[in-house]
Amino acid sequence: MDSVNSSPVHAAKKGPSIKARLSNAFVSLYEINKFILRFFKEAFLPPFEIKEVMRQCYETGVRSFTLITFTGFITGLIFTKQSRPSLANFGAQSWLPSLVSIAIMRALAPLITALIAAGKVGSSIGAELGSMRVTEQIDAMEVSGTKPFKYLVCTRVLATTIAIPILSTYTAFVALLGGYLNVATNEGTSYTTYWEQVFEPLTFVDFVSSLAKAIVFGFTIGIVGCYQGYFSNKGTEGVGKAANGAVVTAMFMIFVEEILIVQIAGWFR
Amino acid sequence: MEKAKADIDYNDPVITIRGLEKSFADFEVLRGIDLDLYQGENLVVLGRSGTGKSVLIKIISGLMRPDKGEVMVLGKDISKISDKELQELRIRIGFSFQNSALYDSMTVRKNLEFPLVRNRKSLTRKEIDQSVETVLDAVGLSHTINQMPAELSGGQRKRIGIARTLILNPEVMLYDEPTAGLDPITCIEINDLINEVQQRFHTSSIIITHDLTCAKNTGDRIAMLLDGQFQRVGLFEEVFNTLDARVKPFFEYNFIQ
Repeated sequence: MDSVNSSPVHAAKKGPSIKARLSNAFVSLYEINKFILRFFKEAFLPPFEIKEVMRQCYETGVRSFTLITFTGFITGLIFTKQSRPSLANFGAQSWLPSLVSIAIMRALAPLITALIAAGKVGSSIGAELGSMRVTEQIDAMEVSGTKPFKYLVCTRVLATTIAIPILSTYTAFVALLGGYLNVATNEGTSYTTYWEQVFEPLTFVDFVSSLAKAIVFGFTIGIVGCYQGYFSNKGTEGVGKAANGAVVTAMFMIFVEEILIVQIAGWFR
Repeated sequence: MEKAKADIDYNDPVITIRGLEKSFADFEVLRGIDLDLYQGENLVVLGRSGTGKSVLIKIISGLMRPDKGEVMVLGKDISKISDKELQELRIRIGFSFQNSALYDSMTVRKNLEFPLVRNRKSLTRKEIDQSVETVLDAVGLSHTINQMPAELSGGQRKRIGIARTLILNPEVMLYDEPTAGLDPITCIEINDLINEVQQRFHTSSIIITHDLTCAKNTGDRIAMLLDGQFQRVGLFEEVFNTLDARVKPFFEYNFIQ
């Protein structure tokens, strides 16, 4: 059977050229930068939608809480379990709490939190604003003398920027608890000793870089989700695309930012 | 219900449009529109789908920018005013959307309060509640105050959408397809509501529709948009007293078929 792609009709339908795609990419980059500048221009000027920011913070936290608790705990547990044989070869199982704490604080906690939030919160923001756009709810806000950008975008971006670092700290805690469960079961390490060993190798730079990552990731999830939703079109298809675009773009950006922040933090160590 | 005689001041236009043009890519939608809406008047804009009727009221409300021409709304040129002035002007214009555009995540009460708490910051809780109750009473839906938009029928959503615009006491009302997708009985109710709004709130309105019953029952004047221009403007009978092949099918479909 001939494949659909080899049919003459399909062959005639060529996608956009490389030049057009490149041009579109630069236009998108320009538009998203304009969107970010608009956020900074409007977010810190009165009137402040504090109540709505708090509501969005709660939504962000609640949407991801169960999944983050589960994922964080399992990550800590599995990471400890998988690392033991390598350390055992050198008779260095006592270093496990230090290894786990460095891995979780420096990389895993902010990254896991951000990836889960990108899936849960980012997609939800993209879909919600996308659906508000196609059903003219954003236009309705605009014509009633309200600034929809401030009420919908600024509040959500601020909420994710505040909530993701809190969730990341919580992820680190439950992941370390997972690690403790494994260490205590195998080595019989006491709770106090475990936590002492956890904090021993950590430096001020580790805490700051972890927090900085979580803040940047939170901002990225919010801004990408809002951008995709706010400028969504083409009806219900556009809503799906906005939700999907919010997740894919945010995840890509998170990995790029992870590399950059690790590099910058390395200069201070 | 028979439309009561409106108190129209033909010396006081609230909206004046001259030479308005708007295109999308190569498609010219509006080609030099001239229009006056007078104080207290209900003006119905008729036309086929895709002829730019909704574009026209989106330009009037500042949701779209014109390519060319002058659009004076309540004494201000919409394309030359600052964002702040536009926001202040919008409070004086009510926009009823085709699909009501109620905020899904809010109850009817919150939907109605939303523009009020953001634009009239000095109001007390009691005054806000009173305003909400007044407009809900005006549209006859006081019992829906704590319901979510998803729990309302199409006609009820339309009425709540109108109530939400009325809460700011607008001077100009823009209705985008107010009877689209509604059953005949609900259409009559919406037509009566539009006339009641005109009488009770002393508004001047532009009603976009292709429902001739709505046009006849609510309009003081009819403007027919043909080929991107208002080619027939006048009383209902004047507009349709023609052999023009672009106009006749409208009348025949609505009143003969």
